Amino acid sequence: MCAVEKATAPAGALPVPGIVAQPQTRVITGNGAAAWAAMLCRPDVVAAYPITPQSEVIEQLAKFHADGVLDCEYVTVEGENSAQNVICGASMAGGRAFSATSSYGLVYMYDAMFNTAGYRAPAVMINVNREPPGIHAVCSGQQDMISVRDTGWVQLIVENTQEIMDMTIMAFRLAEDHDIQLPVIVNYDGYYLSFLAESVEIPSITQVDDYLAPLKAQPPRPQLLPGSNLGCGSHGIGMGYVELRKKHMAAMERVKPKLEEVEAEFSAAFGRSYGGQIEEYRTEDADIVLVTSGSAVGTARTVVDAKRAEGVKVGLVKLRLYRPFPKERIAEALAGKKAVGVLDRSICFGWDCGPLYMETRAATAGDGSAPMLSFIDGLANMDITQDHIAGMIDDIQAAAEGRAYQQVTWLP
Amino acid sequence: MAAKEIRFHGRGGQGAVLAARMLASAAAAEGKHVASFPMYGFERRGMPVVAFTRFSDEPIREKTQIYTPDCLVVIDPTLLNIKTLFDGLKPDGILILNSPKEFPEPPHPSVKRAAIINATQVALCEIGRDIPNTCLIGSLARATGWVSLESVLKGLADHLDGDLLKKNIRNAERGYEEVQVISW
Repeated sequence: MCAVEKATAPAGALPVPGIVAQPQTRVITGNGAAAWAAMLCRPDVVAAYPITPQSEVIEQLAKFHADGVLDCEYVTVEGENSAQNVICGASMAGGRAFSATSSYGLVYMYDAMFNTAGYRAPAVMINVNREPPGIHAVCSGQQDMISVRDTGWVQLIVENTQEIMDMTIMAFRLAEDHDIQLPVIVNYDGYYLSFLAESVEIPSITQVDDYLAPLKAQPPRPQLLPGSNLGCGSHGIGMGYVELRKKHMAAMERVKPKLEEVEAEFSAAFGRSYGGQIEEYRTEDADIVLVTSGSAVGTARTVVDAKRAEGVKVGLVKLRLYRPFPKERIAEALAGKKAVGVLDRSICFGWDCGPLYMETRAATAGDGSAPMLSFIDGLANMDITQDHIAGMIDDIQAAAEGRAYQQVTWLP
Repeated sequence: MAAKEIRFHGRGGQGAVLAARMLASAAAAEGKHVASFPMYGFERRGMPVVAFTRFSDEPIREKTQIYTPDCLVVIDPTLLNIKTLFDGLKPDGILILNSPKEFPEPPHPSVKRAAIINATQVALCEIGRDIPNTCLIGSLARATGWVSLESVLKGLADHLDGDLLKKNIRNAERGYEEVQVISW
């Protein structure tokens, strides 16, 4: 059933493996969804290091490769630092490159990630959010993602298994867009999403080919190939460095409208959309708002609905784009609210609060004196329960009513 | 049917994680929305593992662990010693238990109804190894009526193939046929 039907494909057409010839629905995990999505995008090179805390993403991709479903160079390396260098090189040579990592693996490729971004190599990578080294807990937590904030990668955070599938496909459109040419990470919470099995709509490979087709109509990217008279990243002292940094920064800012553009096209093709940089849920007439990201968003929707039924005018902002930070849309969504809470699954040393709180606060600094509360929950697999979120909403509401409030709250 | 929450308790290597997923696949085969995930620390054979399955006619948005299950599936009888095992089991909830013993008294005061089978013996006979997970899913289908045996077997086929699938189908069928449902 996994045969590659090369013989039946018309001349010049890409092979259509039988297993992805038709759209289908399967019960798969978040990691499975990421692997199916990456396979459907026909990467030329996949590089990864298979050890804990890796994920089933690369295991499933290795199976697709072994079964003849995925026609790529599958490079098993001796460590994540090499995996990052391989996808950087493959991308610089003009290929479509993919990797997946998590936690220790992500921070072990830290220096090489600066190269990939600085060279403007549009690789796509999955990061399963888990706690980084220090206290040995390879459990769910977003601190790993926070720790690579300033590497110059685009970073997205998703909420469920279907969104993992859809965002991974969109990530290639975003990364390889001629106006962007930046590497992209799709982040999702370890355990709560990486191991979460749900029914997922999997498009056919032809549908994905069509969605990605505009990339082929773009001006070609420069290719760094053996023997070619082209260099990259050798030296950039003084103004050369300044110019490239300025251009990198400008490309990062262009990601905001581009994400909404590639998502609008995705929605037209597949009928699903996610709000672009952020999604606002029941915020329009809300007095108070909770801002969060990842798996906690789904739980928060249920609690917001319950609080609404009790008469509390609460809304929810789901942060999807982490880098660049969607400061304009956040400011717009939170303008005029009586109080705001931000729920983080990580901490921000030096500011004594959550990192998304710090950034949300910076984005709304012109808004005056509305109380803003930081909640830190879900570290190292701790469950962000409905009760926890209900308590947060109670605290935000109390602050909105002028009662004394605690600025930073650790849960449980 | 109202949404259902099932909590699986097993030990690493007994297939609790896969059992939870297979049950999700079975419910999906009946058109339900499903969600299932496990929770454990560092991967070690023999350590306690918890896994969760939800299914519902409505989309499932919550990404939390399960605290008030409608059903508990206990794959390893030695886990009955864990004090927190029965925490939150709903008053009309049911226990699906792998045990060779008879239970004249309930294993815990909060348990009023249980489906008990010596699933280890069935698995040793049908699979040749102590992997009683699929047997207990068959028992769950029989005791709860939430999914049909046919759907359970479809759910198995989502995750297994070949000879192993055949053996596990027999394992699940025997779980369905041989389980004893007891009320106290």
